[in-house]
Amino acid sequence: MSLATRAAVEPTADFRVTRSRRNVAWTGAGALIIVAVLAYFPYVVYSGTTTILVQAFIVLTLASMWNLMAGYAGLVSVGQQAFVGLGAYFVLFFALHGTSPFAALPVAAIGCGVIALPLWWLLSRLRSGYFAIATWVLAATIMLIIERFSSLGSGTGMPLPGFAELSPVLLTAYTYWAALAVTVLAMAGVYLLLRSRLGLVLTAIRDDETAARSSGARVGLARLTVFVVAGIGCGAAGAVLAISQLQVQPSAVFDVGWTAEMAFATIIGGLGTIEGPIIGTAVYMVLQQTLQSYNAWYLIIFGVVAMVVALFARRGLWGLVDDRLNVRLFPVGYYLRTPNGNGRQANRSG
Amino acid sequence: MAWVNAIIQGVLTGGLYALFACGLSLMFGVMKVVNLAHGDLAVVAGYLAVFVITVLHVPTLWSFVIVVPVMALGGYGLQRTVIQRALDRGVLTTLMVTFGLSVVIENFLLQFFTANTRGIGANLALVQDSFSLGSQIQVAYLLVVIFAVAVVVLLGLQYFLSASKYGRLIRAVADDKEAAQLAGADYRHVFGIAAALALGTVALAGIAYGMYSTLDPTAGTDTILLFAFAAVVIGGLGSLWGTLVGGIVLGVAQQIGAQINISDEVLAGYIVFLAVLVLRPQGLTSRRSQA
Amino acid sequence: MTAAADGARPENGTPLLEVSDLVVHHGQLRALDEISFRVFPGEVYAIIGANGAGKSTLLRTIAGLHQPTAGSVRFDGADVTALRPERRARAGIVLVPEGRRLFGSLTVLENLQVGATYARQGPWTTERVYEMFEWMRDRRGQRTAQLSGGEQQAVAISRALLANPRVLLLDELSLGLAPVVVQRIYGMLPQIVATGLTVLLVEQDVSQALQVASHIHCLLEGRTTLEGRPADVTADQVEAAYFGLAGARVGEQGSGGAEQSGSESESSWPG
Repeated sequence: MSLATRAAVEPTADFRVTRSRRNVAWTGAGALIIVAVLAYFPYVVYSGTTTILVQAFIVLTLASMWNLMAGYAGLVSVGQQAFVGLGAYFVLFFALHGTSPFAALPVAAIGCGVIALPLWWLLSRLRSGYFAIATWVLAATIMLIIERFSSLGSGTGMPLPGFAELSPVLLTAYTYWAALAVTVLAMAGVYLLLRSRLGLVLTAIRDDETAARSSGARVGLARLTVFVVAGIGCGAAGAVLAISQLQVQPSAVFDVGWTAEMAFATIIGGLGTIEGPIIGTAVYMVLQQTLQSYNAWYLIIFGVVAMVVALFARRGLWGLVDDRLNVRLFPVGYYLRTPNGNGRQANRSG
Repeated sequence: MAWVNAIIQGVLTGGLYALFACGLSLMFGVMKVVNLAHGDLAVVAGYLAVFVITVLHVPTLWSFVIVVPVMALGGYGLQRTVIQRALDRGVLTTLMVTFGLSVVIENFLLQFFTANTRGIGANLALVQDSFSLGSQIQVAYLLVVIFAVAVVVLLGLQYFLSASKYGRLIRAVADDKEAAQLAGADYRHVFGIAAALALGTVALAGIAYGMYSTLDPTAGTDTILLFAFAAVVIGGLGSLWGTLVGGIVLGVAQQIGAQINISDEVLAGYIVFLAVLVLRPQGLTSRRSQA
Repeated sequence: MTAAADGARPENGTPLLEVSDLVVHHGQLRALDEISFRVFPGEVYAIIGANGAGKSTLLRTIAGLHQPTAGSVRFDGADVTALRPERRARAGIVLVPEGRRLFGSLTVLENLQVGATYARQGPWTTERVYEMFEWMRDRRGQRTAQLSGGEQQAVAISRALLANPRVLLLDELSLGLAPVVVQRIYGMLPQIVATGLTVLLVEQDVSQALQVASHIHCLLEGRTTLEGRPADVTADQVEAAYFGLAGARVGEQGSGGAEQSGSESESSWPG
């Protein structure tokens, strides 16, 4: 008998719609444990390791943002480095005026979110190809504008002040915790956003944009939100970048390589899944650590792998896992529980 | 007088930009592909010319005889293998794959040619010399030649598209590829031809750029792609001559910007580009009302 | 009317087009459910049915634009089910798609030229097309967007004819056209068939179909409900098959009349 017939015949009280399956409780507990463990690191590991982890956190944050934009809102931006740079320069600006860079971090993130609004006004009507190039031009333009300010170091950049009182050990630890905090908040933010009503719209757009539009869903608002959130996230990552590098150079913070790294990590890990960026970042870090003495090779291989994955394994590495095991660490979909206990996913959402 | 000079320089540079842009316009018009690796492919052609000249000892001005067909063939291959597959998956995948291609090419060039710049034909009189118009205006021979080449290329493309069998097929497939299939045309092959044409022009653009300026691994995206796209957007999509108009407007805007402040040359161009995107995304010469 | 005017079929002949147990899905929807029929050379075979019955899907599958989930399409004895659409077109199966689908940025002449690009050998030339549609000669340099609906349909048909097909597939010719125009276009069919073509057409307008066809095949929700020669079916039978009224039964393929249960009406449909 089909589900519909059963529903008609059997008492409907026995059917329940839930947000998640059994495993989410485990995931929640697991995530808390992992975060706690990670937070403890500065006490037990060498600063070399925490530095590498800071880099990983930056890429993970960026990848989560790019995933949100491209995987859920259909916005392929190749100019996110604009926000990375803006975040870094916000921190520099406030540090030059006496604020602690760490205190400037949240301000930088919010500032980037605010700037994202007029930028969205410029970009919102553009279709994919135009949108992509426009983001690239915007990023290049923003960099050129910032380079005009000699107070910010012009084209050569300048060191980041405000760390004088901190010992190197404390500095490393604080930088690490700031990076960890940004990443945790970014991923939590993405998760909560996708679980919300707006998230449902985003998942609909991910699956079929035309259908989403014609069903009256608030597609425009969803995309605006995503763009602003991504701006905030990338800005925060840029702020962490500035702090971790102790200097801000335009060519480094506005480098399109940031977009390359976040895009490749997302694609390889799995576009349109929350778990994907985690896997992609792991792959990136492995490649980067193994090949770092070979200069540009890690980006070449990373890029080739990303292209291959995009062409042949559309849902990335996580997609392959998910297809086999039907696991969802960060459930955002809805499940229909039938009386005989199996939660059957009502639709391929989340 | 400096302003007149600026305008003349700008107009002539427009020819170079049109050469950058016509391949991009062709691929977008026919296949709806924004090839983010477009500029990098031009740089590849430039480096290929450097190789042909320095290693194979081909005279500089004849390098294009080898490089253009090689790039055109490469374009056909790239289209039939990578880009077609990406197109079958969707617009977003195509953007991601061409972006990946761009990054891979740039880093590849960085690995093998280092970040040092290379020039083409720096020792040639053609490249170095200029002539005078009146007492205050210097016009480089090279720019005039490049402008002339751009016009010839555009004329050639226009003639090909309007009068030849494959030109007709390309336009038909661009209009409705399913209906073209029903008429017996394999659109994948037609796309390949269009890509071959596009990359042939890209090769010329890369060589011209190597002569006019210098080649470095990131020139593809820093300069060529963005300028090419700017020229296409300003001039209007779907119009070959629009790319010339767009190129000229871009060139003039840049030169005027440079007059105001020497370091604002590139910035001025970007601002004009963004302005056109916002106000009139279909460009200056396009007849359509929606991008 | 048609070459085989009485619609009688050769006992042992090879059908030009043979569709066997064709099942086609649109996503999860079963658009065609085990459709089978044969079309012999020189016939005008009409598929009729209401909107959504699966008629266009059937034609598009035969042309190669859809892949069937099951079943086969045979052309002149050879299995073409896996063949790409352009290969089928070059082999002689040419579809005039629903909605004309002319090349908007090309002129009338250029549309014809594209149609002739991969043409087989045969009697159709641009001259012949101009003889059939006099007005086209003078307006061949115009953009197709400036033509009326009927004129566009003429260009679409001509584009297909210039490929010198063996079987011409016509999808909903009458859509969006005034009845007078439709009559005129269908009036050309005998000319077309006389040059050696076979026609398989899809038509919502039943009376029009019955006037020109040598065989009709009615679809309802993807299933065959009636099949036979116009002379052998009654108006009531057709109506029942078209709308799926009670008493309609799946028709059987045969060389004679159509099968239909229910009350027989006195009048037969004019053949």
